[in-house]
Amino acid sequence: MDEILIASGLKKTFKLSAKQQKLEGAKERTKVAVNDLSFSVNRGEIFGLLGPNGAGKTTTLRMLATLIRPDGGDAIVDGASIVSEPEIVRAKIGFLTSELKLEDFFTPNYLYDFFASLHRVDPAVRDQRKRAIFTRFGIDEFAEVKVANLSTGMKQKASLAISLAHDPDIVIFDEPTNGLDVLTARVVTDYLTELREQGKTIIVSTHIFSLVEKVCDRVGVIIDGRMIACGPLEEVKAGKSLEDRFFDLYAETVGETK
Amino acid sequence: MKSNIWIIAKKELDRFFRDGAMVIATVLLPGLLIYIMYSFMGSALSNQFDTDENYRFAVAAVHLPASVEAMLPEELYDIEQVTSADDMEACKEAIREKELDALIVFPTDFEAAVADPHSPERSAPPQVEIYYNSARTESSSAYQALYETLNQYESALANVFDVNAGGGYDLASEKDATGSIFSSMLPMLLMIFLFSGCMSVAPEAIAGEKERGTIATILVTPTKRSELAVGKIFALSIIALLSGASSTLGTILSLPKLMGGVETMSAAYYTAADYLVLAAVILSTVLLLVALISIISAYAKTIKEAQTSVMPLMIVVIFLGVTAMFGSGAKSQLVYYCIPLYNSVQAMVGIFSFEMIPAAVALTVGVNLACTVIASFVLTRMFNSETIMFRR
Repeated sequence: MDEILIASGLKKTFKLSAKQQKLEGAKERTKVAVNDLSFSVNRGEIFGLLGPNGAGKTTTLRMLATLIRPDGGDAIVDGASIVSEPEIVRAKIGFLTSELKLEDFFTPNYLYDFFASLHRVDPAVRDQRKRAIFTRFGIDEFAEVKVANLSTGMKQKASLAISLAHDPDIVIFDEPTNGLDVLTARVVTDYLTELREQGKTIIVSTHIFSLVEKVCDRVGVIIDGRMIACGPLEEVKAGKSLEDRFFDLYAETVGETK
Repeated sequence: MKSNIWIIAKKELDRFFRDGAMVIATVLLPGLLIYIMYSFMGSALSNQFDTDENYRFAVAAVHLPASVEAMLPEELYDIEQVTSADDMEACKEAIREKELDALIVFPTDFEAAVADPHSPERSAPPQVEIYYNSARTESSSAYQALYETLNQYESALANVFDVNAGGGYDLASEKDATGSIFSSMLPMLLMIFLFSGCMSVAPEAIAGEKERGTIATILVTPTKRSELAVGKIFALSIIALLSGASSTLGTILSLPKLMGGVETMSAAYYTAADYLVLAAVILSTVLLLVALISIISAYAKTIKEAQTSVMPLMIVVIFLGVTAMFGSGAKSQLVYYCIPLYNSVQAMVGIFSFEMIPAAVALTVGVNLACTVIASFVLTRMFNSETIMFRR
């Protein structure tokens, strides 16, 4: 199998402020968000990272997107290290998360051009891609409306289009349907499978079982920063529904660790 | 292919220039408001010390000698003679109540005393008392006028010598006078205006982007952090320069009015070369100020925190600017021009007082640019630091 992403021994620890320590009821000043996480993603598949809130999914994706550096381990993304070659990695990936916002003052049209320019996309190619994706998501209708005046769904569509302006081979989505109405969520979900058909590799984090079952080829279950199970969807499910299997794993893990 | 520095800078400039309200508030209004405010202040100040030319001072007088009365023109004074002690007290009360401008009290034998000032019968010269109210402009003016008149009267009686009678002894040229006033006031004002210009845009462009989460969207592109830092500093410097230029223009045009209509004071005494050198000093100063405020803003979590954190720097800048008002011209030792920002103040003093030292100006620009490079490097490191960029 052609592995486009290999993560090995990823580790990330955060310092907690006194306030955070109190809020989380933690005894120590540090929190291990991701602990020795290893997995791989095959080219052209949709890989799902499944886990409860606070499991380390977002931290893992932020490390893969080079927004934060791992304290230990590394990941090779299409031949480039996230630790030593972050700028090369950024050129190869598209990253979409609710953490990344669009500037309210500008329009989707302006921001698409701006981010395409940062990715050094040729203007002719950029315009062609923009036309296609704006039509696909109906962004044409609000392309010249300032982001401040868009609905959450419109913003998500614009963010999605902008994150793909450089036509990356690897697309990383963190909770892509969070906060969306059912219609927009459906558009985004359908688009994930479309991207796969185009040969793209997609890594998606979610806590929605139905989304994983519907679109993912392989899945990794993260609990308390550790990869509890990882493999083809059917293999991880082990003959059960994904939800039942997840809670079995959760009970086993939490029982062991707490 | 365009550099990412320019792409980042262009976005910042578009953000500013496409917002009409921001352009008006940051560029047009400062200059306009300063011009209006200083002109108004100049007019108000001169009004405070001048009285209406048709005004007649209401003066009460006790034992007013005929020789003095003859020196007080009727068109200027409305004099009421007072005799009793009770009336004197009533006059003092009227002055306190701002109903009367002055009370002048002569000794009964005033004329005899001034006719024979060396008489052995007198132990002290006659004492003339003028009561007035300094809180009332007309009363102060009446006091000044009476005092001057009595001085002239005394001089006429025994004029032993005069000092600089008639005026025209100040050999300073109009250009020197302009240089003296401009060099004491403009460096401080310029530093404050430049700082205000930088402060109006840098916290919003850096801390604001952090606060809104939009900077992270740029951080996941292949843009180098150094390109992000330089692009931001470049764009913010242009905007701050425009804001500073507006304020400076408003100040230069209104300064003669603020100084009470000194017609000989003019910015036209400065040559194109002076303005070019000044522009170089201002540019290097703005670059450094923007870089420093950007560093503070990058560390802050919110715009509000950035604006609060910038205050100590603002106090330092104002303090450095104030040193221009109390110094005796530009420093001649080059070592002073190695101190960032202080060197800008000293270089400006030199330029405005027509005593510019070329090596000092070159050193000032060089030091400020070198500090800007160092600050840009620090800002790049900060953009690379997840602890700083994703502080919660």
